Amino acid sequence: MELDLPFIWAGLIAFAVLAYVVLDGFDLGVGILFPLMKSEGDRDLAMNSVAPVWDGNETWLVLGGGGLYAVFPLAYATILPALYAPLIAMLIGLIFRGVSFEFRWRTRRGKFLWDWGFAGGSLLAAFAQGIALGALVQGIEVVDRAYAGGWWDWLTPFTLLTGLALVAGYGLLGATWLVMKTEGALQDRARSLSPVLAVSTLIAIAVVSLVTPFLNPVYLERWFAWPTAVFSLIVPALVLACAWLIYRGLATQRDALPFLASLGLFVLCYTGIGISFYPYMVPPGVTIWQAAAPDASLGFLLAGAAFLIPIILGYTAYAYWVFRGKVDPSEGYH
Amino acid sequence: MFAYFDAVLLARIQFAFTVSAHIIFPAFTIGLASYLAVLEGLWLWTKDKRYIEVFHYWKTIFAVAFGMGVVSGIVMSYQFGTNWSVFADKTGPILGPLMGYEVLSAFFLEAGFLGVMLFGLNRVGPRLHFFSTLMVAAGTLFSAFWILSVNSWMQTPAGFAVNAAGQFVPDDWWAIVFNPSFPYRLVHMVLAAYLTTALVVGGVGAWHLLRAPRDEGARIMFSMAMWMALIVAPLQVVAGDLHGLNTLEHQPAKVAAMEGHYETQKGAPLILFGLPDDDAAETRYAVEIPNLGSLILTHDWEGEVQGLKAWPRDERPPAEIVFWSFRLMVGLGLAMVGLGLWSAWARLRGVFYQARWLQRAAVLLAPSGFLAVLAGWVTTEVGRQPWTVQGLLRTAESVSPLDAAAVGASLVAFILVYFAVFGAGTFYILRLMAKRPDIGIDEDIGPVRAAGITPAPAIDPDRLIRPAR
Repeated sequence: MELDLPFIWAGLIAFAVLAYVVLDGFDLGVGILFPLMKSEGDRDLAMNSVAPVWDGNETWLVLGGGGLYAVFPLAYATILPALYAPLIAMLIGLIFRGVSFEFRWRTRRGKFLWDWGFAGGSLLAAFAQGIALGALVQGIEVVDRAYAGGWWDWLTPFTLLTGLALVAGYGLLGATWLVMKTEGALQDRARSLSPVLAVSTLIAIAVVSLVTPFLNPVYLERWFAWPTAVFSLIVPALVLACAWLIYRGLATQRDALPFLASLGLFVLCYTGIGISFYPYMVPPGVTIWQAAAPDASLGFLLAGAAFLIPIILGYTAYAYWVFRGKVDPSEGYH
Repeated sequence: MFAYFDAVLLARIQFAFTVSAHIIFPAFTIGLASYLAVLEGLWLWTKDKRYIEVFHYWKTIFAVAFGMGVVSGIVMSYQFGTNWSVFADKTGPILGPLMGYEVLSAFFLEAGFLGVMLFGLNRVGPRLHFFSTLMVAAGTLFSAFWILSVNSWMQTPAGFAVNAAGQFVPDDWWAIVFNPSFPYRLVHMVLAAYLTTALVVGGVGAWHLLRAPRDEGARIMFSMAMWMALIVAPLQVVAGDLHGLNTLEHQPAKVAAMEGHYETQKGAPLILFGLPDDDAAETRYAVEIPNLGSLILTHDWEGEVQGLKAWPRDERPPAEIVFWSFRLMVGLGLAMVGLGLWSAWARLRGVFYQARWLQRAAVLLAPSGFLAVLAGWVTTEVGRQPWTVQGLLRTAESVSPLDAAAVGASLVAFILVYFAVFGAGTFYILRLMAKRPDIGIDEDIGPVRAAGITPAPAIDPDRLIRPAR
């Protein structure tokens, strides 16, 4: 492990993708739970809780994708063709749910259509992202700087499992977000859904974790050979600790705790994937250093990133702070 | 071999379709964001609440258009990788960082402050709210800066070297960002966005003045928009001319296709109309003015102008498309100049708000900015063919190892989804525009409150927002 430009950028891209997963995760989760809400008023409130921030959340996806193009062009040029169908499905899902934030308020007759657009789009995007993640873990065949596999290689039982896992996980983030941000009937509903989603997520994590090491000998060695095997003890212990905090938060009505603990769960799983992956950018064959753009490109963009990312984090935090606290049902939209 | 060619064509159609659908929204929101900032600034400065009412009117429309711009833009950021992976691998070290700067300096800025701008006036107060509006407007302009730098580099590449893997790698960032065609293209596009917005705002104002001549909000819209047409449309003609001369210097084949010139000649005519035929390499039935082509392009009566035959067949852009798209753009631009002059004349005569034929013309030209923007982009992009990076990387060699079925299926999916979603969005925007400015948008349409807290609205918004008849 050396601290050079490709390594720093791998860390930054990993951070951008993590930021995307947890931030858009909860607003996609709110969309996934839309059909389970009992009244139109609850759906209005749920949507209003994420309306001011969803666009900023989704920008991290553009940074993850665009950043990959900039600093790891070989990864961008091989991962995207390999994941063609799930990525197109994700984009179409994101289109439907993105426009629903505005369209839903622009019609009364057609409002139910955009309820479904929001729910279906969120579900499709989450499932497709889970599949894409699973397919990447599974490995992508690269020959002569190009994707060398088939158009359906991504479709396996494992990727379907990771797709479902992410739907459950985003659902958990969405439910605990609503517990934190709302009151009354909607909060009660979210509170009763949270344990089901938490248990589903934990089961999915367990199954995916047990299967993953057997997909690739490198993963197996990483998790079961000394010294890295120490992670095999720490990470699951922390996952259980997060699960307990979600349970405690729900039981004692500390409204922010379940959401924060769910975020912790995501960070841990993500770290676990990172531990498996290192030093590869596109497993099983392309490392961070092979995929990286020349240092002149990495340095040029890093100068701007070092200056701009702290500012971005600052005003993003400010936007969340402006809309802090419980969503006020009487405040409505505009 | 045939299947491979098909996949390339399908990928090109997909890119052309998705990027054309996308540019419509930024072309509108770049100008509208600045307009909103001006309106809110005028409100804060003059305390005249008519300005904030017009602000709220356009803010609601902005939100719908911006949402569509965001989601269609996310698709673009993935198109390079899914369908054009060889292009992505080769140009990533140069164009990637420029797009990275676009995300970091523009997209986050817009998205971060958009929520405050749309929902936060009562929470943060007028000054911070105005700041947020300014940040959204600045974000749209930063975005234009970087993405036009990217496109310009593909037209006039500079400041690069080629490495062992066949990638373009940076040599001089200043030369890359400020490549030869960039300043011209940036000015031309930002002016185009401002004009597009002005024509939409003017068209909406005029529409309402024709029905309710005393509507204060409509008067503000119409008057401000016509000042923009008067000032910006002629500036755009000058900027376009300079951009054309720059193109002649760096991409002469594109200009030859725009002009319908196949033969290299001294004292070339200006072909007004005709039917370019790329197979026969001649423009049939040409209606032309002798020597004027040379005069415009070289500023010399007998100047030599290159024709398409100066390039081998497989390096010529298709004049059959570019010739027409260029004429459409120029024709619309001249109509905009005419509208601006007409409005000035009506103002001088003191009949500005009563000039019904002027207002009808403004309604008619309301969508002309979008058409001109699309025609202009067709001209510059098709005019660059058969290259993705002018003279260096061929379009046919830029694509992913594609399967025609996969590209075809995704193309069909995008077409269906875009027409359904953006069709609905356009319908909603038109319905918002049909609301009288003095009555306002928010009161009736909008959502408004969660049921159960306030009595369910007794009025059906679908009925209320129908155009007044």
